Amino acid sequence: MHKYIIKRLLYSVVIFFFVMLIIYVMLRCLPTSYIENIARQKSMQPGSKSYTEWLAQLEAAYGMDKGIIAGYLNWLGNFFTGNFGDSWYYTIPVVEEFNNTVWLSFIMGVIVMFFELIIAIPLGIVAATKQYSKTDYAVSVIALAGISLPTFFFASLLKLVFSVKLGWFDLFGLVGRNYARLDTWHQFLDKAHHLVLPIVTLVVLSIGSLMRYTRTNMLEVLNADYIRTARAKGLSERKVIYHHAFRNTLIPLVTIVGGSLPGLFSGALITETLYSIPGIGYASYNAMVGGDIPFSMFYLAFIAILTLLGNLIADILYAVVDPRVRLA
Amino acid sequence: MRENNEDRKVLNGAEQPLPETEEIVSGADPVAEEEYSLNDDRRVKVLSPGAMVAKRFFRNRVAVVGLAILAFMFLFSFLGGVLSPYREDEQFYKTSLLKKEYAGAIKNEDVRFLGAPDQKFDSIIQAQVVLALTTNRDTVSFMDVNYHVEKQGEGLYAVTLDDGTLIGIAFEDVVTSSREGQTLSFEFVYQALLAYSNGKDAFIAEGREYTVSEGGLVESAEGEAAFISRYVINPISPDVFLSRQFQEELVVALENNDDVFEFTDADGVTSEYYIEYKPAVKNWAIRQETPSRMYDTYSSPSKAHWLGTDRNGMDMLTRLMYGGRVSLVIGFIVEAISLIIGVILGGMAGYFGGWVDNLIMRIVDIFYCIPSMPLIIILGAAMDAMSVDPQIRMLYLMLILGFLGWAGLARLVRGQILSLREQEFMVATESSGIRVSRRIFKHLVPNVIPQLIVSCTMGIGSTILIEATLSFLGLGVKFPFASWGNIINDVNDTFVLQNFWFIWIPAGVLILLTVLAFNLVGDGLRDAFDPKMKR
Repeated sequence: MHKYIIKRLLYSVVIFFFVMLIIYVMLRCLPTSYIENIARQKSMQPGSKSYTEWLAQLEAAYGMDKGIIAGYLNWLGNFFTGNFGDSWYYTIPVVEEFNNTVWLSFIMGVIVMFFELIIAIPLGIVAATKQYSKTDYAVSVIALAGISLPTFFFASLLKLVFSVKLGWFDLFGLVGRNYARLDTWHQFLDKAHHLVLPIVTLVVLSIGSLMRYTRTNMLEVLNADYIRTARAKGLSERKVIYHHAFRNTLIPLVTIVGGSLPGLFSGALITETLYSIPGIGYASYNAMVGGDIPFSMFYLAFIAILTLLGNLIADILYAVVDPRVRLA
Repeated sequence: MRENNEDRKVLNGAEQPLPETEEIVSGADPVAEEEYSLNDDRRVKVLSPGAMVAKRFFRNRVAVVGLAILAFMFLFSFLGGVLSPYREDEQFYKTSLLKKEYAGAIKNEDVRFLGAPDQKFDSIIQAQVVLALTTNRDTVSFMDVNYHVEKQGEGLYAVTLDDGTLIGIAFEDVVTSSREGQTLSFEFVYQALLAYSNGKDAFIAEGREYTVSEGGLVESAEGEAAFISRYVINPISPDVFLSRQFQEELVVALENNDDVFEFTDADGVTSEYYIEYKPAVKNWAIRQETPSRMYDTYSSPSKAHWLGTDRNGMDMLTRLMYGGRVSLVIGFIVEAISLIIGVILGGMAGYFGGWVDNLIMRIVDIFYCIPSMPLIIILGAAMDAMSVDPQIRMLYLMLILGFLGWAGLARLVRGQILSLREQEFMVATESSGIRVSRRIFKHLVPNVIPQLIVSCTMGIGSTILIEATLSFLGLGVKFPFASWGNIINDVNDTFVLQNFWFIWIPAGVLILLTVLAFNLVGDGLRDAFDPKMKR
């Protein structure tokens, strides 16, 4: 087991190396005019250095004056020694901006995941136990609609109904106008109030796939021989479903949920941007659109690490929860 | 009973993966059954596997609804663009009556000055004259020179030196020439004002006789020469010449404190003018309602434009049709690129195994791990910065999306081929000495096609979603090309969100329906291809 984990970790490091290499090469292959553009913009800001100085600094900072491979190794060395550089867009160290924003995204992610689990799993199980019933069709269609719904469209609809027509929520932002004048408790409530619509958006858009996944797995389990045995023993249908079948359905569910745990930190790029919620997603969106290479590279590396970690956790959990699986 | 029978046949068929296997369904026609003997071949109806799949697919009502939606979308996008009377980027105009500033009027309350020819009458002297007028003195002296100010009529003062030389006049009524661009001589102005302010009806200047009417019109034998009025009226636009008659009528309206007055010009065109007094600057603005041609932006749904017009005054429905083309075509091309790469690499990995498999699967792992959305956003922003041509941009977008999306397909193909490779029919192809490429792509890949079709159908849906999201963020398809995503982009403007539902709701519904339909069809196809399914 330990050996397997260590092997997988090393393997993940290799994958990470190549993922970032591809990303680095892609960013490097953008015509240099892009960096020149940024240098020009930067030099035009009041009280800034001259264009050539900026250009030289930018090129030196990103190893643009070196070859692609040497530049990449330089970046990688900086990354692993914890030297992430300063963000151009936020003009503070990358780690600081990251630390400012990531926790809000994490809290949002946890809340969303909580609702996702308590809504999607029961509905998926009900749909599977009553296969081809009206409930099943309703659940399937709602799940598919959730998957097919464009985030921005759904967010706009929510805004139109709840912000514009009903006036319950603000259109944008994390805090209201009077935020500074409120006491701590009301400040908390104000933030919670502003997070309602983004969380609803994320929950509705994410329950679909988990619901379908639960349903498919539950159906598979319900067709298994041991369920037939359980029924043949004369167990009550309740016991068969919630005791025998559900536990077996949990195996893939735990795996997939465990695998998505690191994703809690990744933030919701689109949703946060739509509602201007200052989480890591919105911060990185602004950085990426603003041509902030240090922050973008850091964010991409961060996401890549989260993905790798998610895969690793899923694989390990798979062996942990299912005694039939032995890891080689 | 019939259904069960059929399913068993399909089940049997699935165990022999060669697609050429024919399925046999019995008892199709009870009448025919009576005529043939039991072992007569004609008694059984033969259905190909494809027909079986189709039959099972069409029995799934939800999937058929999905297919119908897709058919509608294709007709809407590809045929609709042809049938629509408008072009994709045709802009519409509306004429609306705009109150444009036409002229400005000011009542002259200051004295104005005019120097006599060859005399010094500069601003210092003028200031002295004002001083004399305000303090009611006849004489002012400046730098040892005395200036005599003599009132010669209502609002007319003559300024003379000690020796009686007239060096200039100060006056309140304004004399404007009737002919454009002509400057009036000092003598003419002086004589005209002298006559006008003293109520005379004729004067002689520069050897000519002129008459002055009570309204201030100065005429010679050749016609109108000038006009005297307390009001100064100037056109806003330099190419407009305000006729005498207009000025006269305007003065009447101004003195009556009218808000509106009508004027019929020499060509017989009557228009209304709105007069507004601005107390802050003590002048009047005269506005004329003129028909102006402007872009018909955000117009509500009407007979000509069923879904109104967008920000640029383009027909919304037509934009949606062309946008559908772009969205669907991008979905298909991206999926085709992914499919080609995925099938080739996945097929090779699955068939050869060993180090080839290892290498390709590691590449797949790497591509699986690339955060595609952030990367595409960065590339989109970079293309923005470099202002890439919208058409080339669209091409890049497709290439990038396709290049980032093949990993899942490769994994799918490899997994299937790994299990198929060991089966008897593959041993048969090997022993009959068929080329490797032929073995992979003619015998193995066709057996993966059902899974590929399902995966691609759903893949097109999600590609459309990604493209729409990017275009919504302004990083995907760019104006002048329409795509469903960039049509909704307008909703970023809160005013549009609140007031113009027809701008963004239809496009959103179209995206939702299309993606939903692709998913429904994909689901239905999966069930239809899967022989183990009970229905």
